[in-house]
Amino acid sequence: MAKLEKPEELIKIDHTPPKKDWMDTPAEFKEGMYCWGAKGKDLKILDFPNARDWSPKEEDWKLPENWKDTILEAMADRLSKYRSFRLFMDICVRCGACADKCHFFIGGGDPKNMPVLRAELMRSVYRKYHTTGGKIFGKTAGARELTLDVLKEWWYYFYQCTECRRCSVFCPYGIDTAEITMMGREFMNLLGLNTGWISGPVANCYMKGNHLGLEPHAIMNSIEGMIDDIETITGIRVNPSFNRKGAEILFVTPSGDLFADPGTFTCMGYLMLFHELGIDYTWSTYASEGGNFGFFTSNETAKRLNSKIYAEAKRLGVKWIIGGECGHMWRVLSQYMDTWNGPADFLEVPKSPITGTVFDNAKSMKMVHVTEFTADLIKNGKLKLDPRRNDNLKVTYHDSCNTARGMGLLEEPRYIINNVCNHFYEMPDNTIREQTFCCGSGTGLNASENMELRMRGGLPRANAVKHVRDQHGVNMLANICAIDRATLSASMDYWVPGVKVTGVHELVANALIMKGEKERETDLRGEPLPGKEGKE
Amino acid sequence: MKTLFPFFAVIVLVLLVFAGVNMAGMQFLFGVVIPYAALAVFLFGVLYRVVKWGSSPVPFHIPTTCGQQKSLPWIKQNKIENPSGSLGVIVRMALEVLVFRSLFRNLKTELKDGKVVYGLEKWLWMAGLAFHWSFLIILVRHLRFFAENVPPVIKLIESLDSFLQVGVPLFYITDAVILLAVTYLFFRRVYIPQIKYISLASDYFPLFLILGIAISGVLMRYFFKVHIVGVKQLAMGLVSLKPSIPEGIGVLFYIHLFLISVLFAYFPFSKLMHLGGVFLSPTRNLANNSREVRHINPWNYPVHVHTYEEYENDFRDKMKKAGLPVEKE
Repeated sequence: MAKLEKPEELIKIDHTPPKKDWMDTPAEFKEGMYCWGAKGKDLKILDFPNARDWSPKEEDWKLPENWKDTILEAMADRLSKYRSFRLFMDICVRCGACADKCHFFIGGGDPKNMPVLRAELMRSVYRKYHTTGGKIFGKTAGARELTLDVLKEWWYYFYQCTECRRCSVFCPYGIDTAEITMMGREFMNLLGLNTGWISGPVANCYMKGNHLGLEPHAIMNSIEGMIDDIETITGIRVNPSFNRKGAEILFVTPSGDLFADPGTFTCMGYLMLFHELGIDYTWSTYASEGGNFGFFTSNETAKRLNSKIYAEAKRLGVKWIIGGECGHMWRVLSQYMDTWNGPADFLEVPKSPITGTVFDNAKSMKMVHVTEFTADLIKNGKLKLDPRRNDNLKVTYHDSCNTARGMGLLEEPRYIINNVCNHFYEMPDNTIREQTFCCGSGTGLNASENMELRMRGGLPRANAVKHVRDQHGVNMLANICAIDRATLSASMDYWVPGVKVTGVHELVANALIMKGEKERETDLRGEPLPGKEGKE
Repeated sequence: MKTLFPFFAVIVLVLLVFAGVNMAGMQFLFGVVIPYAALAVFLFGVLYRVVKWGSSPVPFHIPTTCGQQKSLPWIKQNKIENPSGSLGVIVRMALEVLVFRSLFRNLKTELKDGKVVYGLEKWLWMAGLAFHWSFLIILVRHLRFFAENVPPVIKLIESLDSFLQVGVPLFYITDAVILLAVTYLFFRRVYIPQIKYISLASDYFPLFLILGIAISGVLMRYFFKVHIVGVKQLAMGLVSLKPSIPEGIGVLFYIHLFLISVLFAYFPFSKLMHLGGVFLSPTRNLANNSREVRHINPWNYPVHVHTYEEYENDFRDKMKKAGLPVEKE
C-alpha cells in the first residue's frame, strides 16, 4: 500500500492545469488514489458480466473481446432512457462555475477532477458517436474515439467522484455530475470493471441482507453486546425484537452502525430511544441494510438490493418504516425506492404512535427519517432530556451530501442537537447545508488502499472543522451518516486531530433521561460524564 | 488552435460575404436565400433537439434540493430552493432563467496558507446576465424592422435603452454592454488557466461570432451608415414572403446579416441549446415530493432479487438456534 504523506506535505496543492491538452494526457494511475479491482467470486454471486479477478494496476484488464460495442450500445440505450443523461451531454457551456466546487479538485488539484472536465471525459465520446459536429470535426469539436486509454481514464476518474452533487448546486443548468458518474460506472459494470470495496459489500448485501455480511445470529450478537453496554451504563436492559411479525414499525439502519465505533454508539442511541418510548417496532435480519452500495454499480443492482425493505415490511405486516441515520441511503430511499419497488400500498401513512403526528411528506413511500421522528418527539415534549450530560462536548454538525442535496433535511438534526447539547457551533456557511462538503469517501470509496484520495477529498470538510475547532474549541463532529462516522474519524485524525465523530442519536441517548435509570457515571463511550471525572 | 481556428473561421465568413456581395453581386443569396435557410435550420433544428430530449423519459425524481424540505409543520420550508409543489417550481425556474440564481451562488475557492478560503466571485454571473439580457433587448429592438408600424412596446424598449440621450443617432446602452460582456467572457476563457484548459473551439466560436455581429451592428449604426430604408424594405420583404433586394444597402449590412444567419443555423448543433435545455433540467424543474407522490418510471422492469424465502433457506438452522422466528420449520 502506498505510504500516505504527512498533512503538511499533502496540502501543498497546485491547482494550475498543465500546458498539454487534457485529451493528449492519458490517466496516470497513482497508488493511493484508486481502489483494488473486484473479485470474480463476488461478481459471480451477483450475475455481473465478465466475472473474474482483475487488477487496475495490471496492463491487461481482461476485458471481453467486444467491450467497445458493449459500452457504445449501453450508451445509446441509456441516452434514450434518461433525459438527464442526454441533456447533460448536450447543454454544458463550460462556464467553469463548478470547477472549484469539487472536494477532490480542491484537495488534489488534478484538473480532471473539475466536475466539468470529469463530464467532458464522457461527453467527448458522446460527441464522437452521437453528434454531427463530433463525427465531422473530431477533436476540434471536442470529440474523441472510445479507446482503451479512454476507458482506463473513465475508470480512474469516475471512481474519484463521490456523486455528492455539490457541483450541481452551482451549475446554471443544474447539470449533475452524479448522473454522469453513475452512467460511467454503470457502463464499466458491464465489463466487470468494479472495485472490490463495492462489489464485496454488494454481494454480501444480496445474499446476507447487509454490506458487512453479518449473518442473522451475528446481527443479534452484535446488538446483544450493545444491550449489555447499555445496561452497564444505565441499569436498564432494553429488549429489541427481530423479524417479529405484527410489529407496528420496521426499523432499518445502515449495517455500519452494527459493527464499528462510533456507529455502534449511534445504534445504542436508537435502542435506548425506542425502548424508552415503548414503541412497537422490530429489526429485520433480512432487510438489515439501509445503505445501498448497489447504487454505486448500476441502477438495476441498486433496485435489487433495495427491494428487500418493502418486501420485508410486507412479510412482517408492519404499518410503516423508520430509517436510521445514513446519507446515500436516504437519497436512494427518497428519490428512488418508491419508483423502483413501490407502490407501498400495503403500508399506512406513517403516524407517530407517541405524538400522533402524521408524516404527510412521506405519505407515499411510507418511510420516515429517524431525525424527523425524534425532532417531532422533542417538539411535543415527549422526551426528558438533560443536555448537561453532553457539556463536555463542543459540537459542530456536518450535513451529509445526500440528505442535504437530495432531500433538504437540514433543520431536523440541528433542532435535535440544540435540544440535547448546550454547545453547538456551525461551520462556515459555504461548507454546510446545500453547500456541504463530502466526507471525501462516499460512493464506496471508503477503502483503505485509496487513503490519499480520501484524505485529499476530505480536506475541505476537515478544514471547516479545523476552523471551528480553532475558533470555539469544537471537539465533536456530529452527522447523520454511517459512512461519515467511519470515514470522518479517519480524516479528523489526519487533518484535525482531537476532534471525534458522533451520530446525532448518540447525543440524544446521552441526554435522554430514561424511566428507572440509575445515576449515570459515563456516556455511551464509557467516558466519565461531566462532573463525574474524579470518580473512577 | 482552439482559439485561432474559430477566430479565423469568423474572419473567413466575413470575407466570404465581402467577396460574394461586392465582387460577385450575390445579394440575393446573402440577403434572402441564406437567411431563410438559416431560419429554417434554426426552427427545425431546435424543435428536433427539444423533441429528442423530450423523448427520453425522466425515470427518477432527482431534484437538487437547495434548502429546507417540507417535513414537520413547525419547521419552515424553503419553498423556492426546495419546492414541494408546482408554484415553487415555477418560481425556482423563473429565478434560474431570468436572473441565473445558481450562478449567483458562485464563489471562488482557494487554498491560502493551508486554509481553504471562499471568496466572492460575481463577475461571471454579472457578465453572463449582462450579456444575455442585452442580447435579448437588442433582438427585441430589431423587431422594428419587421413591422410596418413599430409597436409601442418596442418604442418603449428603445427609449429606455437610449435614455442617456447622447449621440446621433441615439446611443443604445445595450450596444456597449454586449460588447463589454462578450469581451469579458472571452478574456476569462483565455486568462483563467482552469477555464482555458476546459475550453473547446466550440466555446470560442459563438463568442467570436456574436462579437462579429455586435461590432458590425455598431459600425453600421454609429460609423458607416448603411441605406436604412433599404434595410427595412429587405426585412419587410422577408417577413411578407415577397423578398426583394433594394439597391445600395452596403456590404456591412450583408456581413451583419450573414453572421446572424450563421449563428441561427449553428444554434441547434451547439451548446447554445442550453437556452432550451435549462427548462428541461430534472434537477431544477421537479418538486421535491417523491416521498409524497410516487414518481413513475415508464421503463421500470422486474429484477432478479434474493427473496426472504431463499434467505431463510440459507440460514434456517442458524436463525432457529438464535431464537429467530422462521416461516418454515
